[in-house]
Amino acid sequence: MADKTGTMLYLDGVSVSFDGFKAINKLSIIVHPAEMLAIIGPNGAGKTTMMDIITGKTRPDDGEVLFDGRTDLTKLDEAAIANLGIGRKFQKPTVFESQTIWDNLVMALRKPRGVFSALFYSMSADDEARITEILDTVRLLNRKDDLAANLSHGQKQWLEIGMLLAQDPKLLLVDEPVAGMTDSETVETAKLLKDIAKTRSVVVVEHDMSFVRDLGSRVTCLAEGSVLAEGTLDQVSANPVVIERYLGR
Amino acid sequence: MITQLILRALDKKAVWLVAVLAVIAIGVPMLNLGLPADHPLHIPNYAVPLFGKYLNYAMLALALDLVWGYCGILSLGHAAFFALGAYAMGMYLMRQIGARGVYANPTLPDFMVFLNYKELPWFWNGFDMWWFAFAMVLIVPGLLAFVFGFLAFRSRVTGVYLSIITQAMTYALLLAFFRNDLGFGGNNGLTDFKDILGVNVQAATTRAALFAASAFALALAVLVCSAIVNSKLGKVMVAVRDAESRTRFLGYRVDNVKLFAFVVSAVLAGIAGALYAPQVGIINPSEFEPGNSIEVVIWTAVGGRGTIVGPIIGAIVVNLTKSIFTSGSSYVAAGVVILIFSAIVAVASGWTKGLIVIAASVAIPVLYGLYQLILYGNFKLPALSDVWLYALGGLFIFTTLFLPKGIVGLIAQWRTMTTKREQHDRNATSPVDVEAGVDPEPNPAE
Repeated sequence: MADKTGTMLYLDGVSVSFDGFKAINKLSIIVHPAEMLAIIGPNGAGKTTMMDIITGKTRPDDGEVLFDGRTDLTKLDEAAIANLGIGRKFQKPTVFESQTIWDNLVMALRKPRGVFSALFYSMSADDEARITEILDTVRLLNRKDDLAANLSHGQKQWLEIGMLLAQDPKLLLVDEPVAGMTDSETVETAKLLKDIAKTRSVVVVEHDMSFVRDLGSRVTCLAEGSVLAEGTLDQVSANPVVIERYLGR
Repeated sequence: MITQLILRALDKKAVWLVAVLAVIAIGVPMLNLGLPADHPLHIPNYAVPLFGKYLNYAMLALALDLVWGYCGILSLGHAAFFALGAYAMGMYLMRQIGARGVYANPTLPDFMVFLNYKELPWFWNGFDMWWFAFAMVLIVPGLLAFVFGFLAFRSRVTGVYLSIITQAMTYALLLAFFRNDLGFGGNNGLTDFKDILGVNVQAATTRAALFAASAFALALAVLVCSAIVNSKLGKVMVAVRDAESRTRFLGYRVDNVKLFAFVVSAVLAGIAGALYAPQVGIINPSEFEPGNSIEVVIWTAVGGRGTIVGPIIGAIVVNLTKSIFTSGSSYVAAGVVILIFSAIVAVASGWTKGLIVIAASVAIPVLYGLYQLILYGNFKLPALSDVWLYALGGLFIFTTLFLPKGIVGLIAQWRTMTTKREQHDRNATSPVDVEAGVDPEPNPAE
């Protein structure tokens, strides 16, 4: 397959099966620095499993998973992978509900993650400015002292995106970011993600076709654990196999 | 860095709590020693170690709350760390007896002479020196917690499975300490203490000093816990409690966070145990009984977990209740306690639930009486001390069902209700609104 150097994320021939069911079958995907990749595909295509493999939640049976062209992700655990600079937003928005929005971001902010660093941490003016900036970006500034549990579904999605920003990752894995959002929120989210992709690599999994169109990025269609088609959204959605297996006639 | 940590520990609630504990630490010994025995405010000699014991229990509950309430680790073996601290102190106290024992052996404690020990087991060396013994009070529980926690958390043992193995840990220690050949006095444990730091352990002044030490130790534990939970680490602990795997994806090593909380908690529990041993005058393997650890969980739940003051209140309230049930033996006093509890439940979550509590409290002794009637032909109510365990179980069930946030949660609920009402009243004619240029809403009545 293609050259590994100069890639942000490199998956080659990755397979994993659960009780004989091949969730991922010889999957190969490449993401370059400062590039956005949208992944579409039917339910059970292996999109979330792929994210689990990249973030260390699931170990692949076979294949190569490299970050930044050299770090083997299959040998590391979740925390180590997160600290390398891979941030993940979950399909179901997962924020710390019993804590305030501000505190959620304080925890996410990129700082040494050790027990004693956290114990002795005190917030600098820079950190405060950074969190305020992020809150402004995700439009939660006026609710910073509310508990995360009191946010609407769409706002939780945004808070989680804000937490991703605070982590300052090189690669963002974003699973269904616009589920539960209104149309205008969806448009805003697309803008935000495009903005992020100017400096970082972003992998977005999404079902919403108009949202994927707004992203205007390279598209990969997965089915049954491997790549079905790649290219622009128009190319992929014109592909007869994709129409057959995913989009329907 | 350190000063900031200390400043953070001293938030408003913690300052109040520490102040109250300091007043108790000084006031109770003064009322005990300073006043003549017939003075109405005199605190009798028997009460001082009893209250001291409650403070040790409160410290144990606070230690449990640090891991359970804040970090989501339900330890059902926390009394083991308490007992280990107590045993380390007991070993020091045994060595202080010296030749004054029944067998007058200058080095071997009585039970060793009795069990035909020829020389002191190696692990008893050093316990004649107070500083060594006091260090062991911290190190032994801390080390056990470190090894146990390291293995359990690294293997990602969580939830009920972790609770079960903590229970197994304390049970294993119970069985081990029962054995005579382990070298800790078998089922009689360690007792007949004479001196602590060169003074008579039974003397009223020593008892008063131990009480004060217990109160100050609890105040110190409050500061330590407050510093931890108010730091960023405290937020991460709560994050681990609420969404463990999400915390991992943020890059935190969840196993290390849990291990830190577990070790700190075990050390605090050990200190509490060390102060407990000289006040009750005996330490034996029954302290390791799984039931003891479960009681600690109940105190914490009743008081309100996930708060600093909750476990302290819970431990004291439940143990006072226990004293009423098991030593007062008055059905009237027990009835009053049950009525108060039902009233609290009724106010918190509706009068039907309050009635359920009363019904259950009446039903258990009556059913017992009917059982006696069928078996022996005469209706006989159970002795109050026999009902205590049922009462404790009932307290736990009803607290979990009707007061999930405990006593402290209930008070917080009232306070938000009153502030909301005040805000509502204030909003009716708020000068702020006028200043901000907001027209007062037209009164629909006009």
